Amino acid sequence: MTIPLTQLAAPRTGPARFRGRDAFRSGSPYYLLPFRFERFSTDEVLLVNEAGEHIFLPADDFARLTSHELRPDDDAYLDLKGKHFLADSESLVPLELLAVKARTKRAHLQGFTKLHIFVVTLRCEHTCQYCQVSRVTQDRHRFDMTEATARKAVAFAFRAPAERIKIEFQGGEPLLNFDRIVQIVREAKALAGATGRQVDFVVASNIALLTDDMLDFFREEGVSLSISLDGPAFIHNANRPRPGGNSYEVTVLNLAKARTILGAERVAALMTTTRLSLDHPREIVDEYARQGFHAIFLRSLSPYGFALKTARRIAYETDRFLSFYAAGLDRVIELNRGGYHLVEVYAQLLLRRILTPYATGYVDLQSPAGAGIGVAVYNYDGDVYASDEGRMLAEMGDTRFRLGNLHRNSYAEVFGGEWLRELVESSCIESLPGCSDCVFQPWCGADPVFNYATQGDIVGHRPDSDFHHRNAFVFRHLLERYRSDEATRRVIWSWVRGTPSDELFPEAKT
Amino acid sequence: MKLEAWGHATALDQRVIGRIATADCPATRRQDAVLLLHGDDRVSRGDVEGYQALLTPLPVLPTWARGMAAMRAVEGLEYLEPGDVVLLTPAGFVRVLYRRRSDQNFLLVAENCNSYCLMCSQPPRPSHDIARVHEHVRLIDLIDPETRELGLTGGEPTLLRDHFLKLIEHCKSRLPRTALHVLTNGRLFFYRKFAQRLGAIAHPDLMLGIPLYSDVDCEHDYVVQATRAFDQTVIGLYHLARYEVPVEIRVVLHRQTYRRLPALAEFIARNFPFAAQVALMGLEVTGLTLAHPDELWIDPAEYQDELKAAAEHLHAAGLHVRLYNHQLCVLDRCLWRFTVRSISDWKREYLPCCESCSLRHECGGVFATSHGRHSAHISPFGRIDDGERDSPRPRPSGSSGAPKVADGAYSRDRTPL
Repeated sequence: MTIPLTQLAAPRTGPARFRGRDAFRSGSPYYLLPFRFERFSTDEVLLVNEAGEHIFLPADDFARLTSHELRPDDDAYLDLKGKHFLADSESLVPLELLAVKARTKRAHLQGFTKLHIFVVTLRCEHTCQYCQVSRVTQDRHRFDMTEATARKAVAFAFRAPAERIKIEFQGGEPLLNFDRIVQIVREAKALAGATGRQVDFVVASNIALLTDDMLDFFREEGVSLSISLDGPAFIHNANRPRPGGNSYEVTVLNLAKARTILGAERVAALMTTTRLSLDHPREIVDEYARQGFHAIFLRSLSPYGFALKTARRIAYETDRFLSFYAAGLDRVIELNRGGYHLVEVYAQLLLRRILTPYATGYVDLQSPAGAGIGVAVYNYDGDVYASDEGRMLAEMGDTRFRLGNLHRNSYAEVFGGEWLRELVESSCIESLPGCSDCVFQPWCGADPVFNYATQGDIVGHRPDSDFHHRNAFVFRHLLERYRSDEATRRVIWSWVRGTPSDELFPEAKT
Repeated sequence: MKLEAWGHATALDQRVIGRIATADCPATRRQDAVLLLHGDDRVSRGDVEGYQALLTPLPVLPTWARGMAAMRAVEGLEYLEPGDVVLLTPAGFVRVLYRRRSDQNFLLVAENCNSYCLMCSQPPRPSHDIARVHEHVRLIDLIDPETRELGLTGGEPTLLRDHFLKLIEHCKSRLPRTALHVLTNGRLFFYRKFAQRLGAIAHPDLMLGIPLYSDVDCEHDYVVQATRAFDQTVIGLYHLARYEVPVEIRVVLHRQTYRRLPALAEFIARNFPFAAQVALMGLEVTGLTLAHPDELWIDPAEYQDELKAAAEHLHAAGLHVRLYNHQLCVLDRCLWRFTVRSISDWKREYLPCCESCSLRHECGGVFATSHGRHSAHISPFGRIDDGERDSPRPRPSGSSGAPKVADGAYSRDRTPL
């Protein structure tokens, strides 16, 4: 591509003479750059381009856009041009910019598998009704990861080319096999040092068994905690039965200890939504604030594992979840407007996709799907799964998403095999039926494991998909909230930036 | 403050660039020095051997100085201090090239430009810029290495091509601790190799200030009066980012551009999130603006909505916003924290009504060079009472960490040489 440098060093003499605007308009008819669209309301159309930039157009302007009747001096014309929805010159620069932005949005694909989940044991002392995988047993031999398996798994994790990897300990209750955690942290650090890479650690735990010694180890090694907190006591204890029925009380007690030793920023909480939760969005959100958390993830219940078995007991309609989500989000916004910084993690993720040019990898919502290429799960028995949900399905007897076994297969066989390739190919939403022309596509992702579990095949059928229904609702809802008023917009930007609103907009105190 | 003056040259047969010094300058440093003689100095011929030239307000040289290269009868430059650098020409012209105490020094390295911006404060003109490069090199040699900041401007400095790169290199080797801020339209960096070569110099503290006036090519090209300039600048910005040269995006606000300011803010946040800062600049009514002031001038009070939307969006999106050349009393209060006292000291003034203003010392004032055009909404703040204390205070000058070489284009009245 060459563009002549016109007027290079051409001096002008005499009185200033300026050319008018018309002299700089292209004069060529415009053409459309790739975008997707949907009627958003009776008189508005939402357009989203290939780089995830969006614009709302009055329906009239949209009709004129597509029938090539917009005029070069219309505001809509200039808006669409500036956001790369149309172009009107031979110049390739708009395409170049769009390409850079599209590439940037996919930067998370670089580096291959970054999240490595180690299931160090299936044992747990809780008997949560929705839990997919846990076993209450003393049989360490049967359900704990061995030292040899752990060593192999660490070696596999470091075969991934990523500069920075994250190791997450799961279970069961991973603290029941604390020795294995210690071994894995030490060996991973040694390997990271030897290969010049960085490694982060997080333990997903109910923290009932947390001791000071464990916390000292976590502090020394820089390990973070992701604890379970489902809401106030009456919800948490109902969701999470354990001997004594005091899961909530133990959690709160140990949370304080963990924060003292590790620092508040190293302790996050994760909630699981149940039928009981659905009636109490406000109480759950308030509980997170009361416990001093600055992030809450209003998660939907996964359809895997034991959850499927007990579906009749705790299943709920997606619509009910969505009302719960909307109400919870409203409460979160309200708290922020009142001066308490609290991020809803899913909204934060999607809003970053909507409002920023940056890439946001999230293994449960990306294209191609994160299964295998963004996340890998090393099960206690040496089996490698493409995702956490994949191994939960396996606990139900369906090993469809097993990529291989640490002791029987090579790294190449596990991560370069036919099955993983098929998974990747079948989870590019750019080409999936029902996704390829969806207006939300540039912000969305695929979940082949979910499709398989709920619809029987990895491609899935969008019109009947809860996954689709849920995400489409949330996208629409977030856009509406973003456009609703200035105060909400400021809260939203504070989430996007991960900065408290009153720090970001100190003068906006109301 | 006067930066230029005429005097009478005697025995001066070539242009002299030298550091101001007093009579007690060690002999070994005198070959770079210009002796400033106030008139009441007790010096004799023996004290002044070895200087490049004398500079004095005295109408007549002392008898002992007869025959020395000298510039006499120069008025208004008595403020010069040791370490400042001046240019003396055989025709009797004196220009202050560098003031050691100032953070607003700049080198005007080119008179030519490949754009012709509607509001250019420093209209380009034909000149043999390359023939002057050796003087800039000389000036860089004479500048105090402890100088915090230095600007390079034009015209369009990059039109010097290889010489431009050599100047940057020279700054790096002679002034490694001096932040260097270059004003350029960035069009030449459309050529990837040029950007690559600049990046390869790896100047430790370089920033390019590059103007972008619209989110669409036709509007930007109209403002800079050059077809395809938008494309070149945009690609140039990407090339600079690729080679890790920090850039500041500069937007001059005027009647032709203010309407699309919020769209431009979104465009910048989406396409140039790597910009180190975005400067939103009030118009200085001088230079080419004077050819059509009514088409360009708009009272800043009229564009507060657009300015607020743009600044807030850029800030929310994580960009560093800098608001230049605006008076606090004209700005929406939520914009105060972005303000920088940007108008250079030698062209900053305050209106009579500013006398009583309690925020005068936190306000950047108005352009003395704007030919009397300024907002009709300038009015003094009274004593700030305790109720208002909570409201955000303007950032004191200098706390921003941003280069303070900030106003339009370092412009100043120029006398043809």
